[in-house]
Amino acid sequence: MLSPAPRRRPPGPGAGARPRRRTDSVAAAAFTSPAVLGLTAFTLFPLVMSVVVSLWHWPAFGEREFAGLANYTDLLTSRHFGRVLLNTIVYTVLYIPLNIGVSLGLALWISTMGRGKQTLRVLFFLPVVTPIVAQVLVWRLIYQPNGVIAGLLAPLGIDAPNFLGDSSWAMASMVVMSVWQGFGYNMLIFSAALDQIPSSVHDAASVDGVSPFQRLRAVTLPMISPMMFFATTMTLITSFQVFAQPYLLTGGGPGNATETLVLFLYREGFSAFSLGSAAAVGWFLFALILLVTIVQFLGQKRWVHYDS
Amino acid sequence: MTPEAMTTAARPAAAHPRRRARSGPPGRRRHRLRHTLSALLLWATALLFLSPILYAAAVSLKPASDVFDIPPTLVGSEIRWENYVEALTYLPFLRFIANSLAVAGAGTVIVLTVSSLAAYAFARLRWPLRAAVFLLFLSTLMVPQEVLVIPLFIEMQLLGWVDSYQALVLPFAFTAFGTFLLRQFFLGIPAELEDAARIDGAGHARIFGSVMLPLARPTLAVLAVFTFITFWNSFLWPLVITHSIYEKGVVPVGLALFFSQQGSQWHLVMAAALVSMVPTVILVLLLRRHLVSGIATAGLGGR
Repeated sequence: MLSPAPRRRPPGPGAGARPRRRTDSVAAAAFTSPAVLGLTAFTLFPLVMSVVVSLWHWPAFGEREFAGLANYTDLLTSRHFGRVLLNTIVYTVLYIPLNIGVSLGLALWISTMGRGKQTLRVLFFLPVVTPIVAQVLVWRLIYQPNGVIAGLLAPLGIDAPNFLGDSSWAMASMVVMSVWQGFGYNMLIFSAALDQIPSSVHDAASVDGVSPFQRLRAVTLPMISPMMFFATTMTLITSFQVFAQPYLLTGGGPGNATETLVLFLYREGFSAFSLGSAAAVGWFLFALILLVTIVQFLGQKRWVHYDS
Repeated sequence: MTPEAMTTAARPAAAHPRRRARSGPPGRRRHRLRHTLSALLLWATALLFLSPILYAAAVSLKPASDVFDIPPTLVGSEIRWENYVEALTYLPFLRFIANSLAVAGAGTVIVLTVSSLAAYAFARLRWPLRAAVFLLFLSTLMVPQEVLVIPLFIEMQLLGWVDSYQALVLPFAFTAFGTFLLRQFFLGIPAELEDAARIDGAGHARIFGSVMLPLARPTLAVLAVFTFITFWNSFLWPLVITHSIYEKGVVPVGLALFFSQQGSQWHLVMAAALVSMVPTVILVLLLRRHLVSGIATAGLGGR
């Protein structure tokens, strides 16, 4: 090869343009520049921009006006926004235990299977990877007042509730749909963790005459607790971000019984066109996410076991 | 990645004979019976779990008048495959599919290119500030997409990119996630391979292209599939940034529009919804053997 002299040895004393021989700064700049430029343009700049926008009355079209912290204080004193926060928290409180319970239960159950294990896992995973808009529409049909659930309950003499139109049912209906759609992700995470427990651990436990339930509590769950920590944290974060379900399943209704933070953000920004207020909503969301993440990390010592 | 998937399949087969040998003949029979029952019940659960989608498929083939039959039926008075033609031609649905393929495809190519380049620099090159820049990259992962939607919209207004294809692709094609994933992989490649290439006179570009990338193929495949799926399913940002939906709409946005116009035509809505699921279902089925190990290493946007 006619390549120039190896880069470790600059050709002569005159070519000492590179002060330190051991660094690859030029190559590193070339390799990282697309990523750095992209992240700067589409994450860092918007992040700074978001702070600025949230301090202005910033209509999507037309004159903007400096507002100071008014967008934030207006939100904090608005009963509507209070309801939206409450809805988001209620949704999360219902969603997390159901999601983790179902996904863990099924992951444990499937891990006892021989043949067909992978197929089952893929089946439960399918709704996670298909467009959520499509899944929401399927459930909107199922929840119709004269729909299939109502039709199946009628012969039993049970009147189906108005799942989406009754304010005491709408949130529960949304949670059920979301758990159905989303738990497959955590199920796969738990399955991966369960697969990594050496079978010798289970064998040792069963030789000692430990009952399956004790084995689950004392051996299996502690061994997968790091994954459970990861899954709970990620699921908390994503459940604060729920959007397609309220947008298409309930329209945030009835009234604003199922209006969540991101739906509210969307409407502030693109129905009311108050981009400043919507940006402030975004920061409330970010603050909420940071808060629960910190709480999760502080609490993890009590139940998460890492290998020493 | 592959060996893990293989042990997954092999382990139960190896575990059972041992357990069986320990218990006596009657216990063995009881154990096997219980195992079979459990398997049957599990498959029934899976069927129940999939019933919404099966029901949607049934509805998509019914005449409009049979959708709300009481008692509910699986098959209507006739099987109408024409529903699919009608659903796909009422709105330019094939156009939405083409748009989605193009947007998700371009996004995936950019994510793979940009993040593998950066990952190489973070894993295998020495340069000042490397740790600090990497930390900055990682910290951007904490920013939820929803916080960026408003300022990104304004940025697109400033650039004159509202309602454009580049606005659908670029803003979310530079996530630090792929960089992080591939960096972890590149860190594990033994230095000897790189040294051997260097002795042969290879520069960084050659080492990257002909040593690192080929080794990273499985990780790249997992990243590609998950990136494509994320783009394909993405709803909020396309909803915000696409105005001329007939021309530039992607599948989820087109589906939502279709619903808002034809909401009572459930048989057509279901046909369109099912079509929108096909590509990602195919991808997941192709990847199924790597799914569990892939998700353990790669994760996916959550949800």
